This record gives sequence, C-alpha cells and structure tokens, in this order.
Amino acid sequence: MGKVKPGPLSRRPDNSAFKQQRLPAWSPMLTANTVLPFFYFMALICMLLGVWLLLTVQSTQELKLDYTEAGTCDICFEKRKNVSNADQPCSCTVVLSIKKAFKGDVFFYYGLQNFHQNLRRYMDSRDDAQMVGRKNNLKSPSTYCLPFDKDKNGLPVAPCGAVANSIFNDSFTLRYMAPSGSVLVPLLRKGISWYTDKNIKYRNPSNGNMTLPQVFEGTGRPLYWQKPVYDLDPHDATNNGFINDDLIVWMREAAFPNFKKLYGVLYRANKPFVNGLPAGNYSVDISYNFPVKYFQGRKEVVLTTLTWFGGQNHFLPIAYLVTSCLILLIAVILTVAWCKFGKSGRNMEE
Amino acid sequence: MARDSEEDPKAAKRQRKRKQKENKTRTVHANILYDHAKGEENPNRHYANNKIKTTKYTVLSFLPKNLFEQFHRFANVYFVFIALLNFVPVVNAFQPELALAPVVFILSVTAIKDLWEDYRRHRSDNEINHMDCLVYCRVERRYVEKFWKEVRVGDFIRLRCNEILPADVLLLSSSDPDRLCHIETATLDGETNLKQRQVVRSFLDLDCDFDPLKYNGIIECEKPNNDLNRFRGYIVHRSGRRDALYKENLLLRGCTIRNTEDAVGIIIYAGHETKAMLNNNGPRYKRSKLERQMNVDVFWCVIILLVMCLFTAVGHGLWMFQYGDKRPVFDVLSPEGTDLSPVMSAIYLFLTMIIVFQVLIPISLFVSIEIVKICQVFFIHQDLDLYDEETDSNLQCRALNITEDLGQMQYIFSDKTGTLTENKMVFRRCTVAGVEYSHDANAKRLAMYQEMDSEEEECPSRGGTLPRRDSVGSHQSAKVVLRSQSTKSHRRTGSRAEAKRASILSKHTAFSSPMEKDITPDPQLLDKVNECGSQMDFMRFHSQPMSQLPSDLADVLDFFVALTICNTVVVSSPNQPRQKQQLLQPGHQPLLHPRLLSVLSSPSAESTLTKLDEEQNLQQAFSPVPPQYDGRPLSAAEGELRYEAESPDEAALVYAARAYKCSLVRMRFELKSPVKTIEDFIKRFTPSRLTSGSNSSSSSSLVTNRSFTRGCSSVLSSPSAESTLTKLDEEQNLQQAFSPVPPQYDGRPLSAVEGELRYEAESPDEAALVYAARAYKCSLVGRLPDQVTVELPHLGKLSFELLHTLGFDSTRKRMSVVVRHPLTDQITVYTKGADSAIMELIRPPDTGNSKGKRHKKILSRTQHFLNLYAADGLRTLCIAKKVLSKEQYACWLQRHLEAETAIQGREELLFESALRLETNLQLLGATGIEDRLQDGVPETIASLRQAGLQIWVLTGDKQETAVNIAYACKLLDPEEEILTLNADSQEACAVLLEESLHYIQAKFLCSSSEHTTTKSYHSNVSPFGIYTPPPPPSSCPPAPPAVHQLGLVIDGRTLAYALDRSLEDKFLAVAQSCRSVLCCRSTPLQKSMVVKLVRNKLKVMTLAIGDGANDVSMIQVADVGVGISGQEGMQAVMASDFALPRFRYLQKLLLVHGHWCYSRLANMILYFFYKNAMFVALIFWYQFYCGFSGSSMIDQWYLIFFNLMFSAFPQLITGTLDKDVSAETLQQLPQLYTNGQNSEEYKPYMFWMNMIDAFYQSLVCFFIPYFAYADSDVDLFTWGTPITSLALFTILVHLGIETKTWTRMNWLCISFSVSLFFTVALCYNAYCPTCFSPSNPYWSMQRLLQDPLFYLLCVITPAAALLPRYFYRACQGTLFPSPVQVGRQLDKLPAETRRNILSLSGVKMGLPLGPKPHFLSLGKTSFKGCNKKQQQQQQQRRGLQTDSDKELPSADKDTLPYTKDAAPPASKDCLDQTLDASSWITSTPLLSPSDGVQFPPDGDSFCVKYSRGSEDRLKSDQSS
Repeated sequence: MGKVKPGPLSRRPDNSAFKQQRLPAWSPMLTANTVLPFFYFMALICMLLGVWLLLTVQSTQELKLDYTEAGTCDICFEKRKNVSNADQPCSCTVVLSIKKAFKGDVFFYYGLQNFHQNLRRYMDSRDDAQMVGRKNNLKSPSTYCLPFDKDKNGLPVAPCGAVANSIFNDSFTLRYMAPSGSVLVPLLRKGISWYTDKNIKYRNPSNGNMTLPQVFEGTGRPLYWQKPVYDLDPHDATNNGFINDDLIVWMREAAFPNFKKLYGVLYRANKPFVNGLPAGNYSVDISYNFPVKYFQGRKEVVLTTLTWFGGQNHFLPIAYLVTSCLILLIAVILTVAWCKFGKSGRNMEE
Repeated sequence: MARDSEEDPKAAKRQRKRKQKENKTRTVHANILYDHAKGEENPNRHYANNKIKTTKYTVLSFLPKNLFEQFHRFANVYFVFIALLNFVPVVNAFQPELALAPVVFILSVTAIKDLWEDYRRHRSDNEINHMDCLVYCRVERRYVEKFWKEVRVGDFIRLRCNEILPADVLLLSSSDPDRLCHIETATLDGETNLKQRQVVRSFLDLDCDFDPLKYNGIIECEKPNNDLNRFRGYIVHRSGRRDALYKENLLLRGCTIRNTEDAVGIIIYAGHETKAMLNNNGPRYKRSKLERQMNVDVFWCVIILLVMCLFTAVGHGLWMFQYGDKRPVFDVLSPEGTDLSPVMSAIYLFLTMIIVFQVLIPISLFVSIEIVKICQVFFIHQDLDLYDEETDSNLQCRALNITEDLGQMQYIFSDKTGTLTENKMVFRRCTVAGVEYSHDANAKRLAMYQEMDSEEEECPSRGGTLPRRDSVGSHQSAKVVLRSQSTKSHRRTGSRAEAKRASILSKHTAFSSPMEKDITPDPQLLDKVNECGSQMDFMRFHSQPMSQLPSDLADVLDFFVALTICNTVVVSSPNQPRQKQQLLQPGHQPLLHPRLLSVLSSPSAESTLTKLDEEQNLQQAFSPVPPQYDGRPLSAAEGELRYEAESPDEAALVYAARAYKCSLVRMRFELKSPVKTIEDFIKRFTPSRLTSGSNSSSSSSLVTNRSFTRGCSSVLSSPSAESTLTKLDEEQNLQQAFSPVPPQYDGRPLSAVEGELRYEAESPDEAALVYAARAYKCSLVGRLPDQVTVELPHLGKLSFELLHTLGFDSTRKRMSVVVRHPLTDQITVYTKGADSAIMELIRPPDTGNSKGKRHKKILSRTQHFLNLYAADGLRTLCIAKKVLSKEQYACWLQRHLEAETAIQGREELLFESALRLETNLQLLGATGIEDRLQDGVPETIASLRQAGLQIWVLTGDKQETAVNIAYACKLLDPEEEILTLNADSQEACAVLLEESLHYIQAKFLCSSSEHTTTKSYHSNVSPFGIYTPPPPPSSCPPAPPAVHQLGLVIDGRTLAYALDRSLEDKFLAVAQSCRSVLCCRSTPLQKSMVVKLVRNKLKVMTLAIGDGANDVSMIQVADVGVGISGQEGMQAVMASDFALPRFRYLQKLLLVHGHWCYSRLANMILYFFYKNAMFVALIFWYQFYCGFSGSSMIDQWYLIFFNLMFSAFPQLITGTLDKDVSAETLQQLPQLYTNGQNSEEYKPYMFWMNMIDAFYQSLVCFFIPYFAYADSDVDLFTWGTPITSLALFTILVHLGIETKTWTRMNWLCISFSVSLFFTVALCYNAYCPTCFSPSNPYWSMQRLLQDPLFYLLCVITPAAALLPRYFYRACQGTLFPSPVQVGRQLDKLPAETRRNILSLSGVKMGLPLGPKPHFLSLGKTSFKGCNKKQQQQQQQRRGLQTDSDKELPSADKDTLPYTKDAAPPASKDCLDQTLDASSWITSTPLLSPSDGVQFPPDGDSFCVKYSRGSEDRLKSDQSS
C-alpha cells in the first residue's frame, strides 16, 4: 500500500471519494414512477417502427417455385437418384407466372432445403489458404480438407474439401413469355458475391503469364465436379478458377439447412426489364444436375425484390408490433396495479 | 530446511545413526572446536543453517511447481483438459492453439501473481539474510561481522543493544551486572513490555569477559518446536556438571535486545528451526458460505452442461441415423474416408460439445471473484470510518476470501475484557483490613474525563494540549517547569481525548494514559499510609522491632507493599524513549560511543568505572546538559540511560548519569555480598544467588553488611545523596557532575521525577495497581530478578530481596512473590489473585483470641465488599500475605529447587510447589479495578441486535462483574428477565435446563399471541429437540426461532455440564430462545466449544471477536474470527481473519461492508451464471439447425474471449462498487442486515430463476435474428456476428438493470466493453482472410455495420429479452419492495426527510418491510436504545458507574453471593401483563422454591434465578 508516510496518522486512509466509496452515482429506482414512462415510450417507439417496417415489407414481392419434381423435372429427379447417371446431362423446364410486376431490382436465387451446409465437419472441410491462391496449399491442401484433399489419382484437389465438392451445379435460364414471344431475361451472373470475397478472400494462384489451366496443372477436380475449376464459366474467362462467383457464393456456407443463394440479378438495361420484371408468364430452363433425393432435399428458384433491410420477411415488423403490444400490456397492468395496490408503498415512504 | 547432505554413504549412515540418537534431543557443540563450520567432524553440521528461504520457487522449479499447485484447483484441471481435448482431431471444435488461450491466460495471470509474491519474499529474505551480526571467529580470536545467513548452530554470537536476534540464542554472558538481558518481543507476540532473560546459571559467576575459547560445554536441548514459552535442556560441562536451561535463558530470533549493552550467546536453533520461524504459519484459507453455495451451483452447471452435451450427442446420433446408409454430400466422412457409425459420431460429438459448451462453467468466474474480493478488501482497508486515530491503525483483513461472510453473520460471540471494554484498567476502590476506601475523589476525576470528553467533541480545537505534548518529548529540565503547569492544566484539559493523544505520543509504552496513571488517593487511606510510614520510620530510627506496629497499620503497609511488588511490572525510564526503536533499521546499528561501550562492557567494573568517571568524560556528558541530550547521537545517550533504567533505585536521580552509574555498580556488588549466616544458608539454595560467593571475593574491598546497604540505598534516594557517595571515593567527580545541575535538582519534587518512571506490565491491571500504590507514595522504582526496590513514604527506598516469583497462571489464578522483608527480615509471601482463588486459601481464623476474631471480621467484611465491587462491575483482586519461618522456607525451598531442576514434568512440579506455598494466607485487602467500556459499545450492540444478530458474551470474568458489564453495554436489558443457570452437577444442570425450557415454553406460549400473531412457536418443542422453526410465513426468514425478552446467564461450571453431549441440545434450545446469552467464568476451551456447538448444531454463521490469547481458540473455530488489536498483544490478531482497532467498528464492518460485500458478490455470482448460461444456450439452440453437429454460429474467437474480455469488466466494476443501499442508511437501519443473514440475495431458487431467465433471453436472442434472417441468403457468420453482438448488448443491459448505482466507472466500463468488442471484431475481421481457419469471418463485421437490419435487431432483441426481468423488478420495486429496496428509496429522499423518517420510529419502518416478527419486537428496543440519540448521549455521559448504580438497587449486606436479587427497577409493559406467577408455576411442576428458583418480589419485574448446590463459589478469571 504505497509508501509509508511519517507522522502519527501515517496509516490514515485517504479521504477521497473513490476510496471511501462515495463516487457520485446515479441510482435509478425500478419503481412504477420511473419505469412506466419508459414502458409507454418503448411501446410507442416499437409500434411506430413496426408499422413503418410492415408498410415497407408490403411493398416487396417474392415468388418461390419448388422445381424438385415440378414440371418436366420429375424425370431428371428420378435420373439423379442414381449416382451412376451423374454424368448424363438432364434439363427440364418449369413455368411460373408473375401476377404483378416486380418493381426495381429483382434478384434470382436458387434455394435448397434440408441441405445442411452448416454441419461442423462439412464447414471445416475447406482450405481458405488454397482459395486465396497460395501455391503451397494448391499442391498440398490443408488437413481440414480430408478426405477430399486428393482425388483417386492422388492428385491434390483444387478446390479441396467437402464444401467445394458439393457445389450446387444446376443452372438456370429465365425466359419471359412475352406476348411478342419468349425473351431471355438477362441476369447478371457476376458481382453477386461480396466484394471482399471476390477480390481478397479468393484469388487464383498467381500465374504470371500462365493461363489458368496451366496454373492448375497437376491438380485434380473435386470428386463430384464435371468441370475442372478453371473451366467453371465458359463464357467469361475472368470468372474462372477460385474467383468464380458461383463458387464464391457457394463457399459462403449458409446458416440454416433451408437457404437460398443468389444466382443472378436482373439486368435492367433493356426493355422490357428496365423497371423490373413485368407481369406475365415465365419459364425457367434448368440444367438439372444436383441430386437432392437422398437427403430428402428440395430445390427451388426464388425471384424477389428487396427492401432496405432485406427480403420479403414479415417477421421483423410483426415482432416489433407484438413487442410493442406486450410492453403496452405490461405497462397497463403495472399502472393498474400501482394505482390499486401501490398506495401502500407510497404511504410507507412518507 | 536446507540441510547439507553429504554424498558420502558413510556419512549418510552416520547421519542416520545420529538421527536415531537425537530423536528426542538436539546436541549443540561449540563450533570453534572444529575447523570448519561445515566440516566433516562438526557435530552441528546437520542442523539447519541460518539462511532463511521463505520462497516457494526457484528459477528452475517455478514453472513445474507453480503449475502443479495451480492444478490443485479442480477448475484449472478441467479447463486444461478441455483445451487439450481440442488437440484431438476427431473431437476438436476450435483451433487448438486458440482454445489454449484462455487457460494459458488464467494460469499465467495467477503465475505472475505468484511470481511477484515470491519475488518479494525472496527480496525480503535476501535482506534478512544479509543483515550483519558479530560472530566469534576462531582464527582471528575476535568477533567478526558476518551475514545472518552465515551464522550456524554452535556459533558464538555477540549481541549489542538494539540488535535484532538472528537466531535462537542461548544467553551465556551479558554486560549487565545482574547477568540479565532485556528483550522486546513485540515482533513475536506483540507484547510491548520488556522481558528479562538470564544468563545460563553456570555462567553467572563469570566476572570477566566471556571467552568463547574457554567454553567447553555441550548443550542438550529439545528438538526445534514452535512453543515460544518452553525451552528445556541442560548444559553439560567438561567437569561433568549439569545445569538446567530454561526459556529464561533463550533469546528468540526476531526479538530485539534492549537495555543491555552487550550479550554473548551460543546459537541453538537457526534459520527455519527457530521458534519464530516455526511459528510462522501461512495465511488462513477459508471458504465462505457464499462460495460453498456457489460451488453447489457450479456443480449444477456441470450437470446442465452434461445434459446439454448428452442431448446434442443423442440428437446427432439420431440425425445421422435418419439418413441411413446413404450419406448426403454434406456429411463429411472421417479423415480416413470411412464412414462413422452414428453411435461413434455421437460419442465424438459429446466430447466436442463439452468443448463448445465449456463456457457454461465459467473459467473467469473464479478469477473474477478473486479480483472482486481483493478490491473489496482494499475498500474495507481504506475506509476512514474504520481507522482509529488513537492507535493509528486501521482494519486489517487477514483473510482475503471471506469478505462476504461478514454480511451473513447470525451469531456473534464476544469476549468481554478488551473487546467490549477497553482493557485499560483504572483503579477505583479498595478495601484494606476490612475497611473500605471508596475513593470518591478518584471517581469524580474519572467522571470528569468523560465529561471533558464530550465537551471536547463539541469544541475540538480547545487549547492547552500543547504544553503536555511538549512535556512528553522534551528533556527533563524543561519538564520540571512544565510539569507543574501540566499537572494544573491537567484537570482542565485532561480529557479522555487528550489521554488518547498522549498515548499516541508514548505509543510504545502500554497502559499509561493519564487516566490510568493519575489516581487521586483517598484522603483517609492516605493518612493511614503516612502515619504508618512515619511510625515505621520512627521505629526504625529507634531500632524497635517492626512487629510492634499496630496491626491495621501493618496491614495497610503490607497491602501497598504487596501491590507494589507482587507483579511483574518492569520499570523503565522515560529518558530512554522507546520510539527510538525506529533507528533500528538494519544497517542503522546505533553507533555506540566507542569509549563508552568499551568501558561499559568491561566486566571489571571497578577499575574501569573509576576511570570512566574521569573528568573529561563527565564534563562531556554533563556540562551542556540539554543540548547534549538533544543534539548528540541518540544512541550514546540511550546507552547510558538504559543502564540506569536497569538499576532504578538510583534511577530517580537519573540525570547524574555517569557518576551514578559508577556508584551504582558498586552498590550492586555490595548488595550481593551478605554476611549473615542464614543468608549463606539460603544462598546455597537460591539459584539466583549462586554467584554471590565469587562476587564477594572479587569485590571484597567493598564488603559491607546488609544493613549498611539498606541504609545506603535509602539515603541515596534522599536528596542529599552526596554523603553516601563520598564513600565511593568520587567526590570531585560528583561535584563536577552536579555543578551545573543542583538548582534544578533541589527544586524538584521527588514525585515529579518518579512520575516519569514508566511501568511496563504484562497485564494492564498489574499496572493499574502499581499506579494506585504510587498514588499513595508507595512506588515501585526498580525491579531486578533478585530484587525489587520500593519507595515508601518516610521510609525512603527499600530493597526487597526477591527470592521467588511464582508467576500467574490461569489455573491457580494468582501469583505470588517470596521476598525477604527488609524491615522485619522475615521471609514473606505476597499473593495477589482472583478473590475466589485467594479466599479459599486464607488461613481459617481461630476464633479463640481477639486476633482471630479480627481476622474473621476482616474476612467477612472483605467478602462483602468484594460482592459490592463485583456488583459495580469492577474486577476484584485479593491481596494476601504469609510470613514464613526460616525453617518452613528452607523446607519448601528444598522441594522447590528439586522441582526447578527436574527436566521431566517440570511444569507440574512447579505448579505443585506453588500450591504448597500458597496456603494459610493472611488476607490484607482487596481492590476493585474498573475496566472501562469502550466507546460506542452499547450503541453497537443495540444496532447489531437490531440487525438480527444474536450476541453472546463469553467471558472469563465472574458472574456479577459480567452481568453488570452486560447491563452497562445494553447486552442485557433491565426490562427483560434473566435466567441464571448455576449448577453443581450434571444432574442439577439437566434439571435446570429442563425447568428453563418449561418456563420459556409456558410463559411465551401464552404471550406469543400478544407479541405477534404470525408467530406460533414452541408448539412443536420437545424437551430434547432443538426448536425446529415453524414453516416461515411468506417472507419470514427461517431465522432462529422466537427470540424472547430473555437473557441467559450461565457460569463456567454449569456450562461445562451443559456442553455435555447429552445436554447440549437442551442448552441450545434454551439459549436460542434467549435474546442474549452471557457465559461467565468460561475457559478458552469452553469458549471455542460453545462456538463450535452453535455453529455445528444450528448451522448458523458465527463470528467470534476477542482480543486476548484466551480468545484465540474461539476465533479460530468461528466462521469469521475478528481480533481486536488492543492491549493484550497480537495473538488474537494473528489468529483472526479481520483485525479491528475497536469493537464499535464491528458495526460498520458488518452492517455496511458485510452487507455490501455480500450483496455485491452474490449478485455478481448469479450474474455470472446467468451470463454464461445465456451465452451457451444460444449455441445450444443452434444445434437444432445444424444437425446437432456441434458447429456454432458464434465465431470461435468471440466464443473464447466473450467471457474473458468482452463481458468481463462491467461486472467486476459492479461487483466492486455497487451499493444497493447507502452506508448511512445501512447503519441507521440495521434491520437491512437480515438480508444477508437469510441469504436473500442468493438463494438456491434464484440460481434456477436466473437459469430460466438465461434460457428465455437466449431464446429471444436466438430466434429473433433467426426469423429475421430466415429464408435469406445469410451465411453462418454473417448471421452469428449479430447474435453475438445482441447477446453482448442484452447481457450488458441486464447488468444495467441489476446495477443499483451508476458511477462514472460503470458507464466507462460498459462503453469500454462494447467498444472493445467492436474494435476486436473489426480488427479480427479485417486482419487476414485466411489466418483463422476453419472459421473465416472476413469482413463480416464491416458488412454487418452497414446492414440496417442489424440496428433494427439491436432495438428489438434486448428489449424483448429483458422485458420480463425488467417488469419483475419494476413490480417488485413498486408493489412488494424488499427491505433493501425501501432502504434505497429512503436514500433517494433528501437527507432531512430521511432523518425524520428514521427518527420517527423503527416500528413504522419495520411494519411495511414485511411480516417479520422480530422487526416488530425489536422496534421497541430500537426506540429506546438506538433512535433516541440524545437520551443515549446522556447515558453515555453519565458513564458506567451511574448506569450501574441506577440500575442496581443497593445490595443487601449478606456476604453470600447470589442472594442479592439484581432485579431491575419496575419494568414497563413490554412483558406480558396477563401472565401471573401461578400460571407458569403450574406448568412447571418440577419447580419448587427449594430448588433455588426465586420468585420475583412483585409481579412487575421478572427475574428468575436458578441456582443449585450449596456453595456457589465464585471463581473469577483474572485475566480473561
């Protein structure tokens, strides 16, 4: 306890507010008088927010279509049951109709149900170092990737791990059945991933002047993949390798077993899609590759517009409204109780 | 115990052999006989050397040893186990290195703390090891400086004044003429008085310097042990002679040499084998009640954890099972590529989940609790209100981990003496030869102190304190002048406060405030003393035999002689201010004046001393007296003066220092050369006289006869000292010496000089008696082991040859001295002791002659006065004497010497020897000493009692004294009945207890309906069972049942019976229903047995408070032991958990700090459980969405550091600073203390409520974000991060709800926590895209902060999560506020209003606080005792005496104890009026008047006294 001061009262403690525990303090009392105004205030705030959010959500539109066995896809569904048919291509078409035009940006998602991307072992089964373009990891993937680190030939897999291996490999073409004939709905298939993912987290191994296939020389493709990683996007050479947008989107593991992932965004440069999707009939041509049968999964496509706080989700506004009502109810109860019984408490104080 | 172990197997064998041989004893040879201290041949080489090492670790052993120690704590093992589990690939949940982080952090924090402590120990060890001392070196044939650590057993060591002893040393030589060495043992036992140690008997006669080379003895002594008060052994000389060694020969390590220039000894025990080191125990470790409770809940947490893990494991197994053989793509196979069976993966998952859920067992809880407790201890230390200015001491917390127990006490066991009272004994009255001297003037003086005290409080800046202060510190010549002033002004300003101040200044001299010192003599007695003195003087002058003195006068004289000499008081001179001890730092060895030293230390005193008195020396010393004393190196002056203190018969003439010293030495030699034949006879037997033979030869030229000596000494003391001194051939020197002095000398009254003598007594009542005797001019001026010098009026100085001192012990309860009376030449035994002990030993008067009749009369009258004194609450002591004939003495001496030299069973033999001597005494008189109540004791007791604490007083004092003190301190209320239990036998005790039970039952069964309707006690009481409390109504605490308006008084003997296994239940049942219990005449063992009984049987929290060694066992047994760092040394403090300077501080310690500590810690622990459960439950809910696979949406970093960093600090601040009620209110409303007693802040159900709340909150925190993000493309960590943040917010707001006071620190800390979380998260998420695999939350926090949804969630989630709790708190605060909340509401009111409310009455406060019956019943007490402050102050002013006078009717004249009914004056309506005597008599058929039950004389006041047995002899414990 510091230096010993000389003098007869050397051990006398300091008379400071802190040491004597007399710091100025605000001590709120949780009694009706203090709490009730707060309750009413909170109820009001939540009410207002809830109404506002509800109105906002009402303005969004969403369309979901489960295509697992819909339309002509039942054939493909059956086909994909059998693993031996994995190499055979299968495509089908589903039809959907939009009653009311989708205003603004329209987002095209594919959805999976009952697919547990959040399993611990599954999630861990990836090598971020490989994806960021480290050459060492390209050739010798991390142990996290086990057993998806080497293919049958003993070549290191790129990208390794279960996540990449199980990539969703259906592809969609959305057609608008306009009165004037079917129009291909243009979808932006790039820029659907996070900027930081595309530019920082995922890099192809530095290749100098080498082409991608040369860079990935000596690596094998994942077990379930039909195409090697450098050939994911046949249309855009810069969208290949680890920086393929679909791969990046897939690699961001969904939080829940039922999830959707962005497939594309409506390109609104040309008519008739300048204002969004016009009402009418649409068909989706699906290249049906992803088997879901054996885990009782479902696949769907989702078309939706977004608000400033997310998709068409009524939960949040309702939660606000319910909470507000609860607070109000409690506040009223407390008020009543206070008026009726609280008198004694006040008497006591006086 | 670093013993040098030789590699040589032969040596080892020898060592083993030796060990066998020395099983019982240790043999010490002198080292100088052998070449090297460690040499092969040295028989001492196996003994520990003097290097001490209190450190636990060395550089190498630190890591393993510290880790090993830390792993003794189960929690640490658990956490390490979990961290290691992470390294198993199959089950790992986190990055293994990261998972190690918290454990490593916790371990290293503790390790660093340990390391720091150890380093400090190492440094202090080093400092001690490198202190210097003088050790004899064989080669150089002189003493050389050596470090302490180089000292070895068998070394000869030379000790100079003020040196600290490096080891346990056997004293072989001392420069003191009496071969004494004075030591101060304050560091060992805290006693500040000097103790005398004696040179080993066979070295007593060495009149020349001790020469180590000539030493040839071999010492056999005990093995090292920790008993400070025992040392046995013998020394064998080459001649074959054996001499016994006693503890008087042993100087213990750590003591300080005082008053002795030079001493030489041989080291017996060194280093860790010294008694001081063996007594050094580590701090106590206790586990508090709260912690025990907490551990139960930790256990529950473990169970919850296992259940959760099991649940997920089974869930995972089933989940796996549902997919059957076909594995989905997302189900990753084992690394080997093989399938895991569902069962196997479930088992693996179980382990994984333990890792994931580990946070549920809060790793930081234990660390946090420790931190909070340290802070609490710090604040308690810092409390200004617990600081005592008088002694400059504040509260010490010696046990760091039971602060919160202070808030949960239910029973207080208090010592009386020194705890409730000041243990500052003030002489009040005495009776001599059957005549009482009431000392009214003295009483008035004492009353004046008190009045002054209260006046002083009103105007503290009163003048007149300065001269006194000066007078203490300044030189004597100045003092002479000042003295007259100060004695005058003393009356005016000598208040108690000033007395305190004075005692601060003379801090080291105990028991010497003016209040105790200045006793106004009773004029009547003073006359008698004077008369007696003059007669004696006359008779001596005419050489008439002394026996012709009238017997009453002789008794008076003997009485005062006994008071003066029958003690162990040491006289010290004021000119040797003990404060100078501060100079005594190592390296500050006082520079003794070299010449002086050489002169003084040379034993051939004569020649040297004459040389010493050469002119220049004296001139140097004396001509400029005052400046010299101030300006000169203090040590030199000190050295001189100390010498004089040693021979205090001359000390009155202190200032003539050196000249006197010379004469003085010679005088001593003369004294030691008696010529009478009988004395030779005695000499042969008296051990202390063995030296005189050789002395007489060496100083033959100075042989004179004893009568001359006596005359000489008495003449010496008279002012005209020169005549005697001329005989000592030093005229011219003396003239020189005196020339500057005489004017002062002549003008000075003798008493003034003597007044400056200080008495250092082992117990304060001894000092009180000596001071009392001094008031009658019978002053003790010097004490030596073989001689006491007393100054008597008209007779001058008389030297009593002290033949034996039979010290005080608690069994005999008396002490005796055997002296040769210088006037009558008779061998006289003076005995002083407790009245019970003495009265039994008084010679039964033979009724035949007139003398016998007179004795009988004296006896009965004294007994009567003794009873009176006791009734006044005075401590009584009887003084008796006995004259031995020479034959009797010789006979006794023979056997006594045998006892003394016995090695086996010496104590018992000595005890028996003492018993043989102390018989057939002649009663001289008795004294009454007042032990003043400490300030504020009644108020403290009243408020502690209001706080629901049961207060028991356990004292060694006798019943009447104790009862009266109890009344004075409001422990017993005059309005309440007193049950007094005195039984003679086991059966009687059983019957008494039975009767009391019936009585209580009957009486209060009737009245219970009147007291309060909610109580329904005693219907279920069986005679043998403890009261089982009726099921408490709603908020009624399960407190001890029905405390009535009853007091229980029980004496030691009855207590012994009552504590018997067969009766203890009954005793407890009776005691429990009494409001206060007073156990008198209880032994230390009984005290601890009572505490143990109550603690174990009633399962209550007990606090024991005491100040003396006799309270140690009680303090150790109780849950919390409190020591009063008062007058009686440090033993109680050493044993205690908390040391208080005063009893009254207990109030704030318990009511405020105890309450705070308890409520803070309880709330913090609950919060901890809540926090962890809430956090872990989030992950648990997620398992339902991830196939029970053990993945978590919360990033591993957040998971691991959440507890450790992000949410750790606010609760620490709250746990340290939160105040539910202000200190003022807590003290004014002691009822709030019941909060802690009933553990209302932390009940078992609260844990579960908190768990439920935690689960609810986590549900909200989980599912609101879940639904908000459901059906979106959110990824795991983008979703998990907001949940973490929300959980953090919720947890912090939760803490906010629970926080009662918000200081800046709270705000700061909460904002720090939030910002820390976000800063860490942002950095972590931006730092590196690949570093923290497998989780990789790159940039997710940054994205999150851009997401409006996150902010929307931030509003709704905490609001929804905390709604129920907030609502509950609001409801509770509004509708059914707990007492504590009412207290808080009071805090909010302006101070004025609050005071009004509080002063209105306690009853009104109590009413709405809940249906707590004892609030009601206590309300009345508080009305009287506490709330009416003015009344209280008046009472305080009136003081103890008036209090007791008023409350006790004047006693009747009967001499038998207990017949006097100490019934209070008519009590008021507090007791049941409807109850008439017959109703309870009929209900207790066992009672009959002959059984000793006394009915109250009138129906109004009840006082029941049970007493059994014909002779209830009172035994009082003299020093309780």
